[in-house]
Amino acid sequence: MTDEEPNSNDRPAKRGVPEGLWLKCPECQATVFRKQVDRLLGICPECDHHFKVGARTRLEQLLDVGSFEEWMTEMHSVDPLGFVDSRPYKDRLKSEQKKTGMVDACIAGRGYLRGRPVVIAVTDPDFIMGSMGSVVGEKLTRATEKATELRLPLIIVSGSGGGARMHEGILSLMQMAKVSAALGKYHEEGGFFISVLTNPTMGGVAASFASLGDIVVAEEKAMIGFAGPRVIVATVKAPLPEGFQTSEFLMEHGFIDRIIHRKDLRSELAAFIDYFEIAPTKV
Amino acid sequence: MTLRPLPFEREIHDLEERLESLDAQQDQTPEKLEAIKNMRAEIVRLRREVFENLDPWQIVQVARHENRPQTLDYLDLVFDEFIELHGDRAYGDDRAIVTGMARIDGRKVMFVGQHKGRHLKERTLHNYGMPHPEGYRKAIQKMQMAAKYNLPIVTFIDTAGAYPGIGSEERGISYQIAYNLREMSRLPTPIVSVVISEGGSGGALGIGVGNHVCMLQYAYYSVISPEGCAGILWKHAKHADKAARALRFTANDLLEFGVIDKAVPEPFGGAHRNHRQAATNLKVEIVQALRQLSGKSPQELIDHRYDRFRKIGIFEEGATKGDEVVS
Repeated sequence: MTDEEPNSNDRPAKRGVPEGLWLKCPECQATVFRKQVDRLLGICPECDHHFKVGARTRLEQLLDVGSFEEWMTEMHSVDPLGFVDSRPYKDRLKSEQKKTGMVDACIAGRGYLRGRPVVIAVTDPDFIMGSMGSVVGEKLTRATEKATELRLPLIIVSGSGGGARMHEGILSLMQMAKVSAALGKYHEEGGFFISVLTNPTMGGVAASFASLGDIVVAEEKAMIGFAGPRVIVATVKAPLPEGFQTSEFLMEHGFIDRIIHRKDLRSELAAFIDYFEIAPTKV
Repeated sequence: MTLRPLPFEREIHDLEERLESLDAQQDQTPEKLEAIKNMRAEIVRLRREVFENLDPWQIVQVARHENRPQTLDYLDLVFDEFIELHGDRAYGDDRAIVTGMARIDGRKVMFVGQHKGRHLKERTLHNYGMPHPEGYRKAIQKMQMAAKYNLPIVTFIDTAGAYPGIGSEERGISYQIAYNLREMSRLPTPIVSVVISEGGSGGALGIGVGNHVCMLQYAYYSVISPEGCAGILWKHAKHADKAARALRFTANDLLEFGVIDKAVPEPFGGAHRNHRQAATNLKVEIVQALRQLSGKSPQELIDHRYDRFRKIGIFEEGATKGDEVVS
């Protein structure tokens, strides 16, 4: 929750972004017209900086208009640990819900991408940093199981700086195994999973479902990694190489297939789906 | 061997020292012998009282005691034979994870365990039990081989976490842990996982997707280290005790959450006071778990493991309306 980046979301006031017609790009410092940024899918017209986009906006950008059928709309987090830091977790959940207009950090369901039916789930980088607790884990697991049953391609768009959600302790850690196991079954059954990594994808999210795509793609200059950079610096006591833990770094080291500009994401996802058709029954 | 007293054992330790000096005296009178006897009883009473009421932060301190038995100690005490197998077939041999063939109670198993080391040289060799991607790759490669020959797998978890370093990220620690989670969940062979001391986050889970997951009484298993959590929430690691209480990561908590199947009792005063007894308790638990799992078919084992993790998580499904949950 440290990088307070302006956000080109459709609910600007609620997302804590200064209201108004203009936005300041954190990358090139240019003052840009908000409507133009929105029209460009949340990209700075001056320097191509990809602003973070919320889960709803992401779905609107990717899916055919009106085709999304949301699942598990009423599933919500409870406070299994009785967790209190600067404030009780229950209060935090309420204010995050207010801020984002979402019940928790993940939206999942079924929709059409350029006419192709898909199961899709998106994590929102702004809801407790997109972190995965029991609800996110359960939604992704059920979405994967549903994709297995329906024999549909599965797309998960990750925006998760928080990794596994601390506020739900060990239960969050176990979601990593739960979702990965569901993906294992889907994989064995011949499913086709595309993982889209967006800024940021860290920790327990990077170390579970987000890395397991048959195809793994990333938006440019997204921050992607396991350990937080501050933890690494404190451990190795040396400066980090330039571009460390970015999409470009991951591609250079062989962990992602492609870096895709947001404007091309929809068409490239459609192309992947056309290449890797799932057989109607298990071979 | 005198063991370093834990911070909360101060009072007991003082008594022990007094007892020792009394004991060493030559002119033992009946009164003195009586005092010695009483003191011994008092030490036992105090220690029992302290250990029955350990708070989570004290449990962390027990789990990290330098004389606590580690993986290689248990390999000696629990298993009848161990033949180490090295290497991940891709990059190197990460000594933070030790793998090989072992026998227990007449059964052949594949053993995979994290080892921290006790003295500087050994700790450096084993990287303080913090594996790199190649360690997890070695682990899953050996597990896959075990599955091919229907060997059950026993994994010992003892790590502060996967190593947070530059090489770790360059070589894909995220991918490797994720891969292990997925592949372990599909192995058609029994898997028993034991958290022996520290279960540090994804680095622990990366070898922890078992049919039977258990934990020693004073081990802890957490999504984040108490120091890391304190650093994020209270801006300083010195609040680790507060974080330890908030995270609910002790064996009893995990039992309640259904994350582990069993909390294995430790000898009086902690495993570091009696390695042999700790090993015996572990052995009983592992042998029993292997026996129970040995009756299952490969598919049943996969389904059993899937269902085991499938159930974990606490949430609600009714609609929320303001503060009220409407179901």
